[in-house]
Amino acid sequence: MALLLRRTSPLPGFHAGLAISLGALGLIVMLPLAALLGRGVAMGPEALIGHLAQPRVIAALWLSFRAAIGAAAVSGLLGLILAWVLVRYRFPGRRLLDAAMDLPFALPTAVAGIALTALYAPTGAFGRVLEPLGLRIAYAEAGIWLALVFVGLPFVVRSLQPVIADLDPGQEEASATLGASRLRTLRHVVLPVLTPALTTGMALALARGAGEYGSVIFIAGNLPNLTEIAPLLIVIRLEEYDYDAAAAIGLAMLAIAFVLLLAINAAQSWSRRRTGHA
Amino acid sequence: MSDILPAVCAPAIRAGHPRPGPGPASGPPAMRRALILGAAAVAAVLLAAPLAVILASALAEGPRAALAALAEPAARSAIGLTLLVAAIVMPVNLVVGIAAAWTVARFDFRGKAALLALIELPFSVSPVVVGLALVLLYGSGGILAPVLAPLGVKIVFALPAIVLATLFITFPFIARALIPLMQEQGAAEEEAALTLGAGPLRMFLTVTLPNIRWTLLQAVLLCNARAMGEFGAVAVVSGKIRGQTATMPIMIEMLYNEYLSTAAFAMSGLLAALALVTLALKARLEDVRPGAAAARGHP
Repeated sequence: MALLLRRTSPLPGFHAGLAISLGALGLIVMLPLAALLGRGVAMGPEALIGHLAQPRVIAALWLSFRAAIGAAAVSGLLGLILAWVLVRYRFPGRRLLDAAMDLPFALPTAVAGIALTALYAPTGAFGRVLEPLGLRIAYAEAGIWLALVFVGLPFVVRSLQPVIADLDPGQEEASATLGASRLRTLRHVVLPVLTPALTTGMALALARGAGEYGSVIFIAGNLPNLTEIAPLLIVIRLEEYDYDAAAAIGLAMLAIAFVLLLAINAAQSWSRRRTGHA
Repeated sequence: MSDILPAVCAPAIRAGHPRPGPGPASGPPAMRRALILGAAAVAAVLLAAPLAVILASALAEGPRAALAALAEPAARSAIGLTLLVAAIVMPVNLVVGIAAAWTVARFDFRGKAALLALIELPFSVSPVVVGLALVLLYGSGGILAPVLAPLGVKIVFALPAIVLATLFITFPFIARALIPLMQEQGAAEEEAALTLGAGPLRMFLTVTLPNIRWTLLQAVLLCNARAMGEFGAVAVVSGKIRGQTATMPIMIEMLYNEYLSTAAFAMSGLLAALALVTLALKARLEDVRPGAAAARGHP
């Protein structure tokens, strides 16, 4: 393993550290994923496609990724505002607001799920007001988006905060001095620097949202073809002991998430090359 | 801390300290007020309202009913199981997380980027897919069934699978929080300790650990909250046997689906309180060492 080292180091513990990391990674993460992959290989591509090419499965996958992408976009916008306010402005309650941003990380998803449902159900505190206006949140697709924004928002805020803190106000001043409008300064000076962190945060929110289960199933309504997310369909197939169908959906979710993250990565390095922004 | 770090680290360290005062693009007072109000409104609707509704629903039939629901044998068993799982998972995470962070942050080796990507992989796997993968590996129809069944070892629908699922989900938390911090700090102090004759253990205990302790503690807190709150992966592998394999989040789902609202929200209130304590401690830790701001290494 010493051959792995690119540069010799006086520090101890490379081999022990690598062995522990790889051993744990193999046992805890890779072995189960290999079993899933093995199941896919064992059933063969025809059976795999057969399990996936069903309207209910396609509807569930499309819903999960559509809602995750939409919620990531909403989280991106709200997260940008929240991060900006938290870093740039001083106001009473700022520290409380900052600490509260981590709530979705710390609150169990099932708890968030039943709390949001209790608020937005037709009898809930918010649902009672929104329902007569024709705005149905709980037991509809909007509820899924809402739950995913809740889950995804902190990823965006926490990715952006250090970058906004590091922005040099001098550049904004220079832009303003040279006659740029506020909007133009925002578009050409501020946003380009924030884009990589914003993209990273939204990609994290997207990856988390596409697979999210606990916060969604209570509020979604779970009607097949309409509000049934892909992870729920996996659970249903497992309860029917249809392991092949469950594995097919699981593999499709992994593959789609992987391709999306790869595309985001590629887009990011392309824009980095093009604009020269780090 | 920052005075002994090389100058190149300074901007990154400073990233933890929000720059005081509004910049020129921060806009006129009216816009500033509007943005602050907007941010507060988002936080109120999205974050404060769910907490308020948990409290209100738990206490809807009075505090005595909520406490009675938590004292039920099945509820007590769920609380005990959740604490047991966390007690098993956290030490493993601590050892593996520090070992992984040490390896990635302190050495330059072939395959480092791949190792880092694999460490972060669990973030992009759906909890339900984690549960599914464990069932396909250890379940009665799984790959290892021919080995496990004759031995009488039960993994799925029992404690081992709940622990394995939680370990998978929380795998990246600690390494991911430590790596940026340790990279920023550099190895100079550790190398100095070795040069001055300290052994590896002494170097770790007197240099490495004190340097990372606050960030480590924050990561442990968030990791613990996630471990105790994990739902999707545990829902698949636990079998949801009341009084035996039902953790607190699973118990919440069962109670909620049985329309036992007070009991479901009382249990939710316990987990929400845990979340609030976690956040309060985490914010407090940032005061102790603002350089280790949470902005880095979020889960």
